[in-house]
Amino acid sequence: MTPDTFSVELFTQNWTAVALSAVVAAMAIGGMFAASRMLSARRHSEEKLTTYECGIPPSPYTWSNINVRFYIFAILFLIFDVEAVFLFPWAVIFMQEKINEANTLPFYAMMMFLGVLAFAIIYAWKKGVLEWQK
Amino acid sequence: MLEAILLTISLDDFIWIIVGLFAMFTCLSIVVLSLTWLERKVLGRLQLRLGPTRTGPMGLMQPIADALKLILKEDIVPASSEKALFWVAPVIVVISAFMIWVTIPGTQTAVIQNLDLGLFYIIAFSVIGILGLVLAGWGSANKYGTLGGLRAAAQLISYEIPIIMVAISVAMLAQSLDLREIVDGQNDYIYVFVQPLGLVLFFIAGLAEVGRTPFDIYFAESEIVGGPFVEYSGAHWSVFFLAEYINTFAIAALMVILFLGGWSGPVLSGNWEIIWFLGKVYVVIMVIFWVRGTFPRLRIDQLMAFAWKVMVPMSFLSVVMTAVYQFYDWPAWSLTAMSSAGLAVVGLLIFKKMTAPSKLVAEVKARREALEAQRRPAASGGGD
Amino acid sequence: MAWFIFISLAVLTIAGALGVVVARNVVHAALALLVSLIAVAGIYLVLFAEFLALVQVLIYGGAIIIVLMFAIMLTRNTDYPKISDNKQWPLAALAALAFLGVLAPSFIINRVEGTKSHNASFEGIGESLFTTWAVPFEIASLVLLVALIGAIIIARSDEEEN
Repeated sequence: MTPDTFSVELFTQNWTAVALSAVVAAMAIGGMFAASRMLSARRHSEEKLTTYECGIPPSPYTWSNINVRFYIFAILFLIFDVEAVFLFPWAVIFMQEKINEANTLPFYAMMMFLGVLAFAIIYAWKKGVLEWQK
Repeated sequence: MLEAILLTISLDDFIWIIVGLFAMFTCLSIVVLSLTWLERKVLGRLQLRLGPTRTGPMGLMQPIADALKLILKEDIVPASSEKALFWVAPVIVVISAFMIWVTIPGTQTAVIQNLDLGLFYIIAFSVIGILGLVLAGWGSANKYGTLGGLRAAAQLISYEIPIIMVAISVAMLAQSLDLREIVDGQNDYIYVFVQPLGLVLFFIAGLAEVGRTPFDIYFAESEIVGGPFVEYSGAHWSVFFLAEYINTFAIAALMVILFLGGWSGPVLSGNWEIIWFLGKVYVVIMVIFWVRGTFPRLRIDQLMAFAWKVMVPMSFLSVVMTAVYQFYDWPAWSLTAMSSAGLAVVGLLIFKKMTAPSKLVAEVKARREALEAQRRPAASGGGD
Repeated sequence: MAWFIFISLAVLTIAGALGVVVARNVVHAALALLVSLIAVAGIYLVLFAEFLALVQVLIYGGAIIIVLMFAIMLTRNTDYPKISDNKQWPLAALAALAFLGVLAPSFIINRVEGTKSHNASFEGIGESLFTTWAVPFEIASLVLLVALIGAIIIARSDEEEN
């Protein structure tokens, strides 16, 4: 984690491995699909290709829409995700800053940031959007 | 502009990475086979059954028989589905599940590539998998599928936040995002002793992330008949469950690395320490199976309320606790005390919720009483 | 090698972006956007900005696409939602051209010297973010708060309509 030991070779190896992992997983899964395609039984019928329904004939599917409340959870997730992006670098450096340069600003800055977000979640709670609606 | 940057990698390294990745995939497949067998055995024992016994000694060949069956089964793609999405969804799920294993170390050296930002990398790529479930549900063109996909998205994004927060509080204790350094940081004491709240939150949120009971409402067979997986069969279906077990194993491995000291243990040294690692991971997995055998499934509203009203605030608190403890140089026991107090609050909240009279039941009761009260005057009026 | 990777990632980014515009099916467009965004993360990696690449994957590849999927599912269409040509496209094209007109000259004037690897270390980002840029960082929290309040108000007004 020390910045001065950055090596291009290591960096390249690291991220090549990451990129290749996706390729390897896709290849392995592709192999499985291919095997299944060659080996599995295939007897097509109209009935079999209809969508599943519990005991009644399936009605033509209308891509039903959802309650707007779902959207709030997505937005909340986005907000906390962005917050996490700030927290990760902070978690690693705030103590170094304090010890090496006696700089306490990062700690108080983050506490203020968390305070604002705590207010956000309390606001959402009071407005009742954290309740699940049908 | 970019010529100066030499992105070079020797052919040897390249080939070794590929070999390592294939080896990792094979290992994970074997682990998944072992987990399916173990799960059925453990659940069987918990319910006073035997579990699989017929195929091989102690039913050990059962997972292989299952795998063969799934490959030989017909892979049905419903006529009305969105074919492209239907196909790509399981691939997205399994790729994101496999990608995080690039950087999860088994011992100090048994890792494909150790990333400096390992913990952040794992969190970033695990979020992609959520999308696969939504696409699976949407692509199936089935109302159970869409409902399940939506529930999956809502549940997984809600429980992702506590996972992130707890991961951050561990990163603060270790002052690093490198998983190997996090394990090294636990030489004096493993982090569960200073951050028991973190362990419990991570465990609960981890269960929800991989959709294990009691958080399996998004694909619950008896309620929405398999949710996003309802239309899947054969190889495609098995890919989803491959991903689910890989993720379960990953969550257990992360718990061991973040809180239980990773591969450190007495007696063994060098790469043999992987035995400690696997041993601890399998113990955690046994606990996960035990929970599955014990708890009933949560309703979706209870699940979301629990995520946002207990898990998120508590994980926030655990970050603040750790920060304050480190910043003011408090002794280690003070964090233990704060964290345990937080844990007690979580326990109390769950206990109160479980024992409190349900609002729904009260509502039904009130309605029935109102109905009876309506009838009674009429009946008594007729008598007078 | 770096050139080859960069060019293929750039092609993938543009192809994804074109896919978003061309696809008639909204969900396919969202998938194309995902491809484009992940390819941008790859370009960050070619520039040695690994933290930024991971942020791209987490925020754009994960959260934004999920928000987008929710938004697609919220659209009130009885049929499968298809993109139809609307009358706004000349306006959109004009806005895009104007944006390009601002971006391209600014890049040409302030050419980034690419003679050595600009490795912005993770710690370096943290240090400057929480000391030099502490005030914009605090403002970011307020922006997030405003976003949440806005979403809640929209959701509530939608509910009152029903």
